[in-house]
Amino acid sequence: MANFYNDNEDILFHMNHIDLDRIIELKEDGFKEKDAYPYAPKNKEDAIENYKKVLEVVGDITGNFIAPRAADVDREGATFKDGEVYFAKGTAEALQRLKEADLTGFTIPREYGGINFPKTIYSAAIEMVSRADASMMNLFGLQEIADTIFKFGSKEQKERILPKFCSGEVMGSMALTEPDAGSDLQAVMLKATEIENGKWKLNGVKRFITNGLAQVSLVMARSEEGTKDGRGISLFVYERDEHMKIRRIEHKLGIHGSPTCELQFNDAPAELLGKRKLGLIKYTMSLMNGARLGVSAQAIGIAEAAYREAKKYAKERSQFKKPIMEFTAISEMLVDMKTSIEAARAMLYETSRMVDIKEGIEERIEKYPELTNDLSNDLKKYTKLAGFYTPLLKSYATEMTNKVCYDAIQIHGGVGFTTEFNVERHYRDARITNIYEGTTQLQVIAAIGGVTSGLILEAFSDYENDIDFTTVADLFEQVKRFRTNIEVAIGHVKEKNDKLFTEYHSARLVRMSSDTMNCYLLCKDAIKSERKKAVAKAYIAKAKGRIENELNYILNSANEILDLHSVII
Amino acid sequence: MSLKIIVTVKQVPDTHNVTGDAMKPDGTVNRAALPAIFNPEDLNALEEAISLKNRVGGTVTAITMGPPNAANVLKECLYRGADDCVLISDRKFAGADTLATSYALKCAVEKIGKFDVIFSGRQAIDGDTAQVGPQLAEKLGINQLSNVKQVLDVNKKSITVKRSTEYGHEKIKSNFPVLITVTSEANEPRTPSAKRVMAYKNIQTESSSGGYSESYLTVTDGGTIAAIKEWNVEFINADPIQCGLSGSPTKVKNVQNVVLTTQNMKEISSSVEGITALMNELMDEHIIG
Repeated sequence: MANFYNDNEDILFHMNHIDLDRIIELKEDGFKEKDAYPYAPKNKEDAIENYKKVLEVVGDITGNFIAPRAADVDREGATFKDGEVYFAKGTAEALQRLKEADLTGFTIPREYGGINFPKTIYSAAIEMVSRADASMMNLFGLQEIADTIFKFGSKEQKERILPKFCSGEVMGSMALTEPDAGSDLQAVMLKATEIENGKWKLNGVKRFITNGLAQVSLVMARSEEGTKDGRGISLFVYERDEHMKIRRIEHKLGIHGSPTCELQFNDAPAELLGKRKLGLIKYTMSLMNGARLGVSAQAIGIAEAAYREAKKYAKERSQFKKPIMEFTAISEMLVDMKTSIEAARAMLYETSRMVDIKEGIEERIEKYPELTNDLSNDLKKYTKLAGFYTPLLKSYATEMTNKVCYDAIQIHGGVGFTTEFNVERHYRDARITNIYEGTTQLQVIAAIGGVTSGLILEAFSDYENDIDFTTVADLFEQVKRFRTNIEVAIGHVKEKNDKLFTEYHSARLVRMSSDTMNCYLLCKDAIKSERKKAVAKAYIAKAKGRIENELNYILNSANEILDLHSVII
Repeated sequence: MSLKIIVTVKQVPDTHNVTGDAMKPDGTVNRAALPAIFNPEDLNALEEAISLKNRVGGTVTAITMGPPNAANVLKECLYRGADDCVLISDRKFAGADTLATSYALKCAVEKIGKFDVIFSGRQAIDGDTAQVGPQLAEKLGINQLSNVKQVLDVNKKSITVKRSTEYGHEKIKSNFPVLITVTSEANEPRTPSAKRVMAYKNIQTESSSGGYSESYLTVTDGGTIAAIKEWNVEFINADPIQCGLSGSPTKVKNVQNVVLTTQNMKEISSSVEGITALMNELMDEHIIG
């Protein structure tokens, strides 16, 4: 019997120490619903107790129900027959479990049947689901669709659709990608035509659509004929009917339980979500940011699973008359895996917090327009921070999980390469995380502005001013030197004033930034726990080399690679 | 259709992880050394009760006998969908064997009043007697279907089930009221629901000294109860002599730690000759035959 919440001391640490005050205040608005719903919290402590209790429920389902089915789900996979998609047996059973446990309206307000939890807690749940079965997260995480309808839909749409999500009656999908519009979503060609009464019809093809069989899809389509860029695109709510055909599903390296569909829309009736022309530039960006947070949590869950397999194996496997864990080469790998997972997790919760505060303020303003002026500075601040932390997190966490899974196989040796052990599945599942919802290279583009504009330095200054680091002063001194390294690197790049040069070094700058951000957050946690102090120390010791290395290259590189690439490749 | 369903549950020491100090010198279970858990097959019984309710409508009342902290298993029942809960708790119930336990349960069930089905776990992992369910049915004078692994059909008057037997299974039908003991084969018990956990996480017990309200019969889905009812000997009109130690003919004479060791191990080849040789040896030793 494993409970993926109770057996994870790091998640427990965060749940005991994370500052949720503002989030709860924004989410519960004076605990107004305490008499209307028996499960609504009465006060802050009650809300926190609710979060923990529900995470325990998630831990139970993920540990005792989903995880034992994951290997079979991977083997069986989702299947396609006669135009319809079928989930693997374990997938269908797990979805039923999650539905019965009221976990399908995680962040949706109670008035629609949800449990009104913040994203921060949702992130923890997603991590646990992914640790059990990465492919299940792709379906569980599609609650993001309901969240988007809640944010931008009309009152009528919300009342009609959201209760169905919360009861588990329907699931969602987001239909964005097309054969010729992957990373470049501005190139979307699926055509939306307005017919009478404000109703629309959709025509065209979508590709790589996770759970494309869903009853409710958000479809991005070109509503403005003759336009070529993102401003001609709107987002539509499509409820599945006979006007959409599933043409095929993809055969993939990993996440086999999650069906990836190709969809053909033929005069499919749909309705507009929100306003015309804001489909990509506002709604999809919001949707994608939520999905990026979810994928980061997914990456951490996969890494956690792989690390645990590796540690277990290293303890049990004996060579040269001792467990291989006692060999320095192995224990170093395990320490690196563990510290990088904890770094990513610290950043996951920090990012989720930013997103929660930003979205909480938005909701507050919508409800009480008279507060707009009072809250506008805060909204600006958290919008910027959430927009910066999210790609920074995704670029780190999803690359990290690939490395952790790689090392987990390495620790297993030959057997790790066989399907007898779970690590090869984790390795395959991890590989998509740094690709979908925006590749790492796109995350760099999304994050670099926050680095060069100095936003990251402001964030660091906030930590320095708000937190008393004296009990971890030695460690923190080093971290401040990392900050200086970033300042030097930014200064150098700016001085060059060469767009191509900045672009060339963006990935390095972003890596330095996420590494340093991790160090700030680990130092913050180190204040509260001796164990966390050890984690911070180990991480910072390794980060030093990485950060200095990146800085050296930025400072000393001429344009050689840029100049030579046409000769070499 | 609306069935009135009762499910009997028990808090037991977790015997999956028995350590050396599991028993006290006097032969009773050292409960402090073993974590208290929901008896596994009672979870299967609860699952059948709730599935049946969801299938045809009705109410589920969970009932347990035990010390005050046995209310924890009742909370678990509420988390999973029970509508009402009763804790039978009194010092006078202490030391009960299966006979005294089934007597107390019988009194409590009579206090609840009219019912259609009682679900019980086949047996508890502490005593492993499998007696309380059947005894309860006998005392109530109703039909019993034991070792049930599947509910096949249900209508207004009767229920049809599949029960395991030594050689296979039987399909068997009984009119209501009936008591059914459920095995672990029957289902995979559900997990708690998030909303119910939040709603009931701090529910307390409330001792019923006043009259018993029949309001539990009208609890509707989504409604919540304010407290777990706690009933004592007087409240359920039980005869104190038949309760607890005085009502228990079973006396523990001696408890032994049995240590299983492998001595004189013999490997038998899986051929006709090997098995024939083993059979002959067992017959010679009068172990079989």
